[in-house]
Amino acid sequence: MAAESNLMAVMVYIPTPFRRFAGNQTYVKAEGKTVGEVLDSLGETYPSLRHMIYDETDEIPGHINVYINSQEIHSLQGKNTPVKDGDEMAVIPAIAGGQVLTPEQVNRYSRHIIMPQVGPVGQRKLMETKVLIVGAGGLGGPAALYLTLAGIGTIGIVDFDVVDLSNLQRQVLHQNDDVGKKKTESAKETLNAYNPDVNIVIHDTPLTSDNAMEIIPQYDIVVNGADNFTTRYLVNDASYFADKVLVDGSILLFDGQATVFKPGHGCYRCLFPAPPPPGLVPNCAEAGVLGALTGVMGSIQAIEVIKQVLEIGESLVSRLLLFDALSMDFRIVKLRRDPKCPLCGDDATITELVDYVEFCGAPFPGGHDGDGASDGNTNGS
Amino acid sequence: METQMAVEVKVTANFAKLIGGQRSAQAEGSTIGEILDDLDERHPGFKQNVVAEGRIHRFVNVYLNDEDVRFLQQLDTPIREGDVVSVLPALAGG
Repeated sequence: MAAESNLMAVMVYIPTPFRRFAGNQTYVKAEGKTVGEVLDSLGETYPSLRHMIYDETDEIPGHINVYINSQEIHSLQGKNTPVKDGDEMAVIPAIAGGQVLTPEQVNRYSRHIIMPQVGPVGQRKLMETKVLIVGAGGLGGPAALYLTLAGIGTIGIVDFDVVDLSNLQRQVLHQNDDVGKKKTESAKETLNAYNPDVNIVIHDTPLTSDNAMEIIPQYDIVVNGADNFTTRYLVNDASYFADKVLVDGSILLFDGQATVFKPGHGCYRCLFPAPPPPGLVPNCAEAGVLGALTGVMGSIQAIEVIKQVLEIGESLVSRLLLFDALSMDFRIVKLRRDPKCPLCGDDATITELVDYVEFCGAPFPGGHDGDGASDGNTNGS
Repeated sequence: METQMAVEVKVTANFAKLIGGQRSAQAEGSTIGEILDDLDERHPGFKQNVVAEGRIHRFVNVYLNDEDVRFLQQLDTPIREGDVVSVLPALAGG
């Protein structure tokens, strides 16, 4: 039949988030004999729209549904579904959380969105995630920075300290004029200057046994940038009790360690059953730390958060990453859940937060007991 | 089992001063315990930072290649030629 070789003209409905890629039109006319041909012709006319409706292998990605006269094409013949003159077609991205991305968000996060591992659905997931950063210091700074740039919905920051001149060698959230200012306040200003969309929540307090179970359960994932063992054991136990994934990192001199503690797959107490006696392992104030090392390790923590949210790749769960900046050596060793662990083992004896000051033999820095175990930046240096 | 194996022992930067300022040292022995004893003879005072009363400190991990010896046979874990032993204290900096 002669009609079969004729191109059919169909109207294609363009939803709000894609409209800016199609000349801000709600309906555009396109031609073809099949759905695939119509989409091809649409992509030729609007190349940036093509990036949204086709993945790298020229297939329609899983988060995009194509409808022909209100019927999804998977239930028809897919891209080979024939179209007739006057049919109406729609290209609808999956909507997570009842909200689509605004054109500005699509533009801002475009380098993430165009990666199939993120896409608009993944971006929405990031925007619905709440991350708590313990310590606005060396590790917490770059971690918070990259999570803010990535559009994480809410970022909580716990720190009670003020910015000191000696912090500025490595702590990227704080600048010269911030010396003397509350770290949480300085962090919020910096982060919102980078991305005003992110809700930055300030917890201007030391994290303690009294407030940890109020603060941590408000978040989905915890990033540990504490600068002392007392806070590290507290964050570990509280995250376990609140059933939260804890993205852990620590640094000293030229060494960095990073891992992810997922309840049931080992915790900080499985890795290091007890803290060293006070004074035996020096802190960064006593021994020093390479500033740029904090950028590497904090970024690794941000990456692990994003992977966790997007459920992509292989996380550092059950693995401990060791970085030696002097030899530029990255190594991974196994991290096992210890069946004898008093917190997450088979016969756990710790069922609530304990006295971490007694356990560590060292006070919470910034507490009323002095700060002998810290370099003076309670939750992060 | 009597054979003495030569292995490389790696340490973190804050432990380097205990073995002459280097990040790794050679040591001989047929078990983790013997390796640490040998290192202590070469660098007196090293072992007390890792072991007390016959047990590895709870804030220090000793790895045989990528496995924590706490999940193997602790200080009795046998060594093979070419193994790498790592001594890793907890770090608290953030």
